[in-house]
Amino acid sequence: MRLVIVSGPPSSGKTAVILKTISALQSSNLKIGAVKFDCLKTDDDKLYKEAGIPVKKGISGGLCPDHYFVSNIEEVLQWGKKENFDILISESAGLCNRCSPYIKDIIAICVIDNLSGISTPAKIGPMLRSADIVAITKGDIVSQAEREVFASRVQSVNPMAAILNINGLTGQGAYELSTLIKADKTELDTLLGKELRFAMPSALCSYCLGETRIGEEYQMGNVRKINLEKQND
Amino acid sequence: MINHQELANIPTDKLIESYPFLETFLDGIPIPISSQTIHQWFDSKSPNYLEEHTLNEKNTIDNLAVYITNMLSFLGENKNQVDSITILPGTDKNGNKENFDKLCFKRGDIISIVGPTGSGKSRLLADIEWIAQGDTPTGRQILINNEIPDMKKRFSPSDKLVAQLSQNMNFVMDLSVQDFLELHAESRLINNAQTKIAKIINSANQLAGESFNPQTAITSLSGGQSRALMIADTAYLSRSPIVLIDEIENAGIDRQKALDLLLSEEKIVLIATHDPVLALSAQKRLIIAKGAIIEVIESSPEEREILSEIQAMDDKVQNLRNKLRNGKKLN
Repeated sequence: MRLVIVSGPPSSGKTAVILKTISALQSSNLKIGAVKFDCLKTDDDKLYKEAGIPVKKGISGGLCPDHYFVSNIEEVLQWGKKENFDILISESAGLCNRCSPYIKDIIAICVIDNLSGISTPAKIGPMLRSADIVAITKGDIVSQAEREVFASRVQSVNPMAAILNINGLTGQGAYELSTLIKADKTELDTLLGKELRFAMPSALCSYCLGETRIGEEYQMGNVRKINLEKQND
Repeated sequence: MINHQELANIPTDKLIESYPFLETFLDGIPIPISSQTIHQWFDSKSPNYLEEHTLNEKNTIDNLAVYITNMLSFLGENKNQVDSITILPGTDKNGNKENFDKLCFKRGDIISIVGPTGSGKSRLLADIEWIAQGDTPTGRQILINNEIPDMKKRFSPSDKLVAQLSQNMNFVMDLSVQDFLELHAESRLINNAQTKIAKIINSANQLAGESFNPQTAITSLSGGQSRALMIADTAYLSRSPIVLIDEIENAGIDRQKALDLLLSEEKIVLIATHDPVLALSAQKRLIIAKGAIIEVIESSPEEREILSEIQAMDDKVQNLRNKLRNGKKLN
């Protein structure tokens, strides 16, 4: 089985892109499964079910969604193998710009939309910078010029990536994305021994353990302070 | 190939001198432009800082080298300019071969595309944009300058073949016309930006009935003004050799002038439309059904006569519209 990791900011169109891409993949008789990681709530699993795609969902709740993802991806992979999928697609929302869910040697796709603003590509960390493929959505409602500026900003942040424009509503570009996914032949038995491309955001402080009170005396562990003096105004 | 080690050890101000386009790249990290080299900059930062900013010297230098290579090939692209696009036939949705040997479009051609929704217009355009090599559902093959091009072009935003203009498109950035065009020119690495910007604003004002000035916010332009600006901007700043105009019928702009402008910049213009003025302005009309090009019609002398009739009507309506706009009475 092969694994594809899709990530991207909330509401950028990940599910729409994946569903259109899956339907292109299914036309070559591939059996596809999906897993959706989210933070508090998701109904996206219903969208997959409606499309007839076997799906599992994982809700991280109070944990960092990235940490939750990496702690569960091997189990999910084993589920996919048991179901005999040819390809398992993992979708996770990049809820902070520091998210970093990609795994070395596993194809990584970042979905980002034209409406998010031209300074957004520079603000997103490893989720965009270390992706193999960047899918840019919502190009049908902005001007040609804005599409060009946005794509060039993405390129300046991640020059190695294949950059594709995809329309999540009509599916334009999804077929092309499916050919890139098909071209990757990395068969997986397990993720054991694999490594993340980039360390995940970290913290280990009193607030991680449920502290709610504010004040220095309650702050323990990995705590970092804003430097208000040294910043130039 | 660019030597990675060398890149890391050139002061950034010297780097910018050799490669002025690196400003966005360095700014995005952000590495300041100074007498410091990138290697020295990384050395001066604590591991904590680098981790916090998710930076790593090797990755940065690798990306930098790729970025420079891409940009140089983009700038030197005149030698591999697109002069013609050739479509070799594929099949319709039932697997029947398309009924033509090959279709060749050159710079300055206008081609209209007609067919009902769902007939395969979008797929045709997607085949062109993807430079299909028998690897799309239609099985078509696209040649550039009569050759199979470097497939890397598929993924590079600076090599995009098709620029699109459609009725649904809007400006979303909160910028003045001038700032917006400067930003676009910068991303296209244009040298004589100010001259081009003045040209664009001037042309856009000729296309739209009402003029705007460089300080107008792009989001406050009227529908007609926006489309006029999009067309002029695409004509002068977009590097894509093909311009696709999708259903731009009641756009509040002078459609004939818009076409003339795109052609004067040597674009290949594809128009998906059922508007008679636009559809007949094209030398060739592709008829699409069931996912295939079923016919290629060259406009006949009769059709050209009809075109001048409807153009005259169109001018009349335009004239009346302008009078109304200027507060005149019609008689």
